[in-house]
Amino acid sequence: MKQISTIKLGLARGTLEIKQFNRQRESVVFTILFPVILLFIFGSVFNDSIAPGVTFSQYFVAGMIASGLVNSGFQQLAISIPIERDLGTLKRLRGTPMPATAYFIGKGIQVLYSMFLQLTLLLFFGTIFFGLDLPTQPSKWFTFTWLIILGTASSTLLGIAFSVVPKSGRGASAVVSPVVIVLQFFSGVFFIFTTLPSWMQHFAAIFPLKWLTQGMRSVFLPDSFATQEAAKSWEINKIAIILIAWLIAGVFISLKTFKWTKE
Amino acid sequence: MLHPLVIDVSNLTKTYGGKTAVNGINLQVHKGEVFALLGPNGAGKTTTVEILEGYRGRDSGKVSVLGFDPNAKVSKLAERAWRDQIGIVLQTTMDALDLTVRETLTHFAKYYTNPKDSNAVIESVGLTEKVDEKVRTLSGGQRRRLDVALGIIGRPELLFLDEPTTGFDPEARRAFWELIRNLRDEGTSILLTTHYLDEAEALADRVAIINNGEILEVATPKTLGGRQNSKVEISWIENGEPRSSLSDTPTATVQELAARLGGEIAGLTVARPTLEDIYLKMIGENS
Ligand SMILES: Nc1ncnc2c1ncn2[C@@H]1O[C@H](COP(=O)(O)OP(=O)(O)O)[C@@H](O)[C@H]1O
Ligand SMILES: [Mg+2]
Repeated sequence: MKQISTIKLGLARGTLEIKQFNRQRESVVFTILFPVILLFIFGSVFNDSIAPGVTFSQYFVAGMIASGLVNSGFQQLAISIPIERDLGTLKRLRGTPMPATAYFIGKGIQVLYSMFLQLTLLLFFGTIFFGLDLPTQPSKWFTFTWLIILGTASSTLLGIAFSVVPKSGRGASAVVSPVVIVLQFFSGVFFIFTTLPSWMQHFAAIFPLKWLTQGMRSVFLPDSFATQEAAKSWEINKIAIILIAWLIAGVFISLKTFKWTKE
Repeated sequence: MLHPLVIDVSNLTKTYGGKTAVNGINLQVHKGEVFALLGPNGAGKTTTVEILEGYRGRDSGKVSVLGFDPNAKVSKLAERAWRDQIGIVLQTTMDALDLTVRETLTHFAKYYTNPKDSNAVIESVGLTEKVDEKVRTLSGGQRRRLDVALGIIGRPELLFLDEPTTGFDPEARRAFWELIRNLRDEGTSILLTTHYLDEAEALADRVAIINNGEILEVATPKTLGGRQNSKVEISWIENGEPRSSLSDTPTATVQELAARLGGEIAGLTVARPTLEDIYLKMIGENS
């Protein structure tokens, strides 16, 4: 019997997810504008120099871009998938030949899309108002690209994996949001990472967000700042390895634990 | 019937935390048949159907749906091939998509190897006027028709319908019945659950009456509960008093009455038990 390609179905799912995402005004506003609003608040309040040629605003924009990956992937999916489960959207899909992998790909595409919108706004306002310098070296753009790809993929899959934790769609936000906020505090988004207590730094180093923020700083801050990092270097290879490890864990966990229905 | 079985269930049981919901059910549905599971709320209809659809596990029993055990650990490809052949209309769906009727249907059509034409399906469920409306703006009955459309878009060989017409007005119900008859004429096998007797009677080739997780009888609507040979109730008025008697030979009884009462019989009715009478009697005896 002829088979429909999972990739093709995933692309069809992605198109549909984007269409639905665009039609849900609240979620567009929340996921796209919220980081920009935070940028304006934090960037305006704390704009001291933290190192020669580096202001806290610049440090913060890099952290917000990394956070954006966690917000539009992990947070958004771990909240919206339980709602889809409550409403029976997933139960209906489960009754069709559409495989889970295609559903995951669709979610990834939608996350990439909202990430792209968010990123455009952050970079735009960051460069105009907060002294963010767009990198000029191709190697930085290369790092940026794989950070976005690995970050989106692992964030998506970990969001899918975490979607089994909230007991209901209504309670999902209360379960997921604190996790993300705590992670943001611990990972050096709102504070300079090296000023945090060392237990916090060690804890944060288990999770991807800390590594994403560090990676984004390597792209957007001058190389001279590398010595200010916890390890006195950007640790680019380590970042890649840790993100890939989380990505593999995410694939494995979501395929094993994904639930289409509450039963 | 000589047609092969599309559904073959034996000794199916399912309990929820010690409470038995399905208690040793046997069920055979043949290719091309419309089979109705008729029973009151809580009888175990949804549990049974969702086990067959692969949504729920079972405690014991054998289940084969299009030659496939929905609970067996098989390859993802085998399961996809199986799901390609079946259509499912769930009892409750609440997903209000931010998509139009057309967008939803053309998207779901992509999941299947040999889908029906979306426009034809939309027309057959009577949603042509709503084709460009958002799903969330549809009324309950219209949304139910979209559920049915999504159930049949993949040109299923076997269609499951769990209480498909709950909430329909009489006109929509008639139109739905017509749709089911057309599907049957195309050769689709159908397992539907309902608590409406008239629906089972109008649509089903065979009906199984289910109550408290047990199947009380499987028969054609005409022969259910021995309806075709059951005693006929004859009632009349004699000396101002209502009288009645049950008879195997109603014609003779009426002739005898006419002779005795000398001509016209006051208040005469001759009635075979309705399907409803039989159904209520069965359910009552089982409870
Ligand atoms: N998920 C569940 N958990 C616990 N009990 C359930 C569940 N689903 C159904 N039941 C119980 O099983 C019995 C049969 O329910 P169901 O199959 O939904 O019947 P029907 O569809 O005929 O109304 C009922 O007593 C119901 O309360
Ligand atoms: Mg039910």
